[in-house]
Amino acid sequence: MSLSRRDFLKTTAAASAAAAVGISVPSELKAAAEHAEKDWRWDKAVCRFCGTGCGIMMATKEGKVVAVKGDPACPVNRGLNCIKGYFNAKIMYGADRLKEPLLRMNNKGEFDKHGQFKPVSWKRAFDEMEKHIKAAFKVGGPEAIGVFGSGQYTIQEGYAAAKLMKAGFRANGIDPNARHCMASAVAGFIQTFGIDEPAGCYDDIELTDTVVTWGANMAEMHPILWSRVSDRKLTSPDKVKVVNISTYTHRCSDLADIEIIFSPSTDLALWNYIAHEIVYNYPESIDWDFVKKHTVFATGFANIGYGMRTEADAKKNGYSEKELEINRKEDAKVISEKEAPGLAHLGVKAGDTMKMDKAGAAGAHWEISFEDFKKALAPYTLDYVAKIAKGNPDESLESFKAKLQELAKLYVDKNRKIVSFWTMGMNQHQRGTWVNEQSYMVHFLLGKQAKPGSGAFSLTGQPSACGTAREVGTFTHRLPADMVVDNPKHRDVCEKVWKLPAGTLNGVGYQHIMNIHRQIESGKIKFAWINVCNPYQDSANAEHWIKAARKDDNFIVCSDAYPGISAKVSDLILPTAMIYEKWGAYGNAERRTQHWRQQVLPVGEAMSDTWQWVELSKRFTIADVWGEQSVKGGKLPNVIEGAKAMGYKPTDTLYDVLFANDYFKSFKTDDAVGKGFDNSEVFGDKRAVIGSDGKEWKGYGFFIQKALWEEYRKFGLGHGHDLADFDTYHKVRGLKWPVVDGKETQWRFNAKYDPYAAKANTGEFAFYGLAGKALKRGDLTKPTSTETFPLPNKAKIFFRPYMDPCEMPDKDYDTWLCTGRVLEHWHSGTMTMRVPELYRAVPEALCYMHPEDAKAKGFKQGDLIWIESRRGSCKAHVETRGRNRTPRGLVFVPWFDEKVFINKVCLDATCPISKQTDYKKCAVKLYKA
Amino acid sequence: MSNLESKKIVISERRKFLSLMAQSVGLSALGGMVWTGYLQEAKSAPLILRPPGARAESEFIRMCIKCGQCVSACPYNTLSLAKPGDHKPMGTPFYIPRQMPCYMCTDIPCVPVCPTGALDKKSVSSQIEGVETLDITKAKMGLAVVDTESCIAFWGIQCDACYRACPVMDSAIKLEYRRNPRTGKHAFLIPIVNSETCTGCGLCERACVTEKAAIHVLPLELAKGSIGGHYIRGWDKADEKRLEGISTDVTTHTKRSEKSATDYLNSGEEMFK
Repeated sequence: MSLSRRDFLKTTAAASAAAAVGISVPSELKAAAEHAEKDWRWDKAVCRFCGTGCGIMMATKEGKVVAVKGDPACPVNRGLNCIKGYFNAKIMYGADRLKEPLLRMNNKGEFDKHGQFKPVSWKRAFDEMEKHIKAAFKVGGPEAIGVFGSGQYTIQEGYAAAKLMKAGFRANGIDPNARHCMASAVAGFIQTFGIDEPAGCYDDIELTDTVVTWGANMAEMHPILWSRVSDRKLTSPDKVKVVNISTYTHRCSDLADIEIIFSPSTDLALWNYIAHEIVYNYPESIDWDFVKKHTVFATGFANIGYGMRTEADAKKNGYSEKELEINRKEDAKVISEKEAPGLAHLGVKAGDTMKMDKAGAAGAHWEISFEDFKKALAPYTLDYVAKIAKGNPDESLESFKAKLQELAKLYVDKNRKIVSFWTMGMNQHQRGTWVNEQSYMVHFLLGKQAKPGSGAFSLTGQPSACGTAREVGTFTHRLPADMVVDNPKHRDVCEKVWKLPAGTLNGVGYQHIMNIHRQIESGKIKFAWINVCNPYQDSANAEHWIKAARKDDNFIVCSDAYPGISAKVSDLILPTAMIYEKWGAYGNAERRTQHWRQQVLPVGEAMSDTWQWVELSKRFTIADVWGEQSVKGGKLPNVIEGAKAMGYKPTDTLYDVLFANDYFKSFKTDDAVGKGFDNSEVFGDKRAVIGSDGKEWKGYGFFIQKALWEEYRKFGLGHGHDLADFDTYHKVRGLKWPVVDGKETQWRFNAKYDPYAAKANTGEFAFYGLAGKALKRGDLTKPTSTETFPLPNKAKIFFRPYMDPCEMPDKDYDTWLCTGRVLEHWHSGTMTMRVPELYRAVPEALCYMHPEDAKAKGFKQGDLIWIESRRGSCKAHVETRGRNRTPRGLVFVPWFDEKVFINKVCLDATCPISKQTDYKKCAVKLYKA
Repeated sequence: MSNLESKKIVISERRKFLSLMAQSVGLSALGGMVWTGYLQEAKSAPLILRPPGARAESEFIRMCIKCGQCVSACPYNTLSLAKPGDHKPMGTPFYIPRQMPCYMCTDIPCVPVCPTGALDKKSVSSQIEGVETLDITKAKMGLAVVDTESCIAFWGIQCDACYRACPVMDSAIKLEYRRNPRTGKHAFLIPIVNSETCTGCGLCERACVTEKAAIHVLPLELAKGSIGGHYIRGWDKADEKRLEGISTDVTTHTKRSEKSATDYLNSGEEMFK
């Protein structure tokens, strides 16, 4: 099969080369905003959708976006798009756009949790928010407020939200949907490198010889990058190898030379098999110079649970007996035959009970010797790994083994450059941090990391998961530029930049997104605000959270452009400006930051998230929130006196302190960058929206988006996160940070390309990240030293074992469920399900299953069936053909379709380190509807 | 002379076509009064797509008793019976893929219910272990044709919506990978239809994201050319299959060979003068 494919590719390569001779290549189109004779205007922007970060140009006419084109000058996509990007011009104009604030009210016009949604003014909306936030504060302090943030926030809105929450409300209960998407990658980066985000860039695709996709359906989720991988394959079909590693056949297999179908979660074993081969059978492939100079070996605890509620906690919250069967494993589990050999380093055997008493120290790790590392890998032989990892029951063990050997050979080949790409398969994983770390383990051993064409490369799902969620730090535990709330030095840095009295910032950040849901359920969080996401459709185990949101003791606000499930379960809905209706910036998966200007006025009375946050800040004074506050494990001090000493008055609002201060006001409205473009926040606009104070909105009178940007970038300058100034980004097609002396960085940690690595003066490489750079030393079970040993400029090679996921198919729930996306739809479909062409192309989510499974269960193609787990159920039509071909025993259901509400079925187990939910595996039963 | 003749034919065909059109319009105006006449004229509707297993159009028209059983058996409301004004043979079943394609049910409920065999069960069945078993992949309702000028995959847009919608994916529609010399790094992924396995279900046409579908299903006869047997691809062993049962009547006729050799040789003396 691979032979004929190769022939096929060869032929097409030749054909295209021949065709090229006769083709006249159109000259690069100019980004011509100057074409004044035309009645439309072109201006640059960025695609709304995935983390690829394709540049686009928008044509506007009479205040509407009328067309879009790929930006030929953008190096990511050179004028091309995928079909979601192709429809950027149509996403904002769905007939049911939300145009005015809506509040649940009774007939008397009072807020009523059980009332119908009726239009209210912006003023009334903010009155209600103020009232409910103040009430929540009174009962539960800052921890009673939760914010569902987003990897689709613009950088400025994420920054404004994080600033008001953390610096204003002293509340860390803000966490983005990026938690569901990138948290394991982040934890992997921080633990391994001490600093977040990939070393490499997309140029690796053109420079490599080998692309291995691990739990990444790039063909559908990153189509433009996949077209680059395809092109690379065509340039040298024999030399360039593509391997697709997945739990089911998807479109990447079409191009792949080798397809490896593995049993869910055994990617942990696959990585260890490769490491085993390196260490035991190909020791000459180890780049000892690199390993010794730039890395140390490390490991951590295994008995860390699965990120769920414990049995007692679940019981208290009314979980069913069926659910408790799984929650019990949060306390302890019996070691299975499947995982026991791989846990030999702990001295355990099958049938032993593993108590999960290190759940609280899930992220703890310590240095080990190479000998211990090698010993721990010993069980991961071809025989053991092939036996537990083979995912297709219809494939022979011999064939599977042969593929694993081929895979290992591709990695160890000294003459071969190799890139490992992954996305949700490795991130949405109950051991997501581990499996991320394992990828670096293999690349480090071989010295194939942070080099042009070689590296383990985490792809991002969302357009600004990197730029906003991660770099700005809209996670509960983070602050800008990789700083964290529980580090007093970091809090101190932020308090200085933000001009806050010492002790203002809250050092306890544990309200990650699943905790926000759980705390709404248990009654701790009383006020929640949803920004740029759809948490009531996108969170696993959804029935719990929906029920919790509808309880009488809380108030949920949803800012959105379209009505979806989250809006439906909320109490107040705020109509929100969409991407091209506001100024903004996104940061993509290769660290490229891209800015755009407001192209058109928002629809109806919609206003941006930045405006909503800043208007809210006007409702609170220092005296309201800076007194003593209770938080988990202690108190936040009263800082009002400190504030006074800094010249603030207790009656100053958070708006005065955080946003309308002298620094912000120094950014004048008369700025060349903004000339000729709308700026609804700065000037108001001709819609004459009646604002939060009941008067016509006329703007802040200073260039707020630029002020937010310039303040934000102070955090990273000189610390390896350098971003360019606002004006620069409006001239270029994005820049990959760190941007030092006006130059972007292609390969971080490599002294040839990264000025920070050069400055460290540790030879070719320097892993200069600062987090976790002093470790205790120990053996494979625990740390044995009390003192810590510094490891400046070094990265860590982790040993991490294989472990079973906490729910696996059994006789009652006999099938694996994996969820994910399809190319045509973005996330929960709020935008793409309103584009007629995309809706028509894929109007509903299907249940992809193996034809033999369907036959055995008595289903026909197209039958409507129930998919049921211990937690909930939904209906979907059977699809035994088409884009995803699952092995027997596994079904795949996309989650974009609210009518096929698959997240009711999914389990909310998370990686205990990263707290990222595992949407890729739980057990279900299927029966005819 | 010859040119004139062929022109004549064209004109007469065209005239006939125009008169048919006129008749149809007139008949439509008369409503259901002259059904037989209408049916007669509308037989020429060349773009109609029939249910799976439908016999050749002329035969189908002859055998179909317009009972509508196939239509009521279709679980997706794909099939309709032609009404006056549809400009199709009245009362006969058809489908319009862009509106509702054939979902290729594996049990093909529309076929076995046909009381006359106008939908031929045998043509959509395979012998599986000696038993005749319904097999929708044998259906030949039509053939998907790509308009390469309006297909955005030919621009380099990563679309392939048709490919992913195809129930016979990677066979009826395959992707061809071509380098993109303009960008130098983004391959084209081009949908290519294989007429041997395309059933004409039209899920591709339905899924196509362009304003008017860039891939559309045509009746096989209309969509397909025919190569003829005299040339075999030397680089493809399998192509020899086309030699099977080839006719030995190989005499060729053109205007030039109209006269017998001797007639030719013995005429036209004026040329020597």
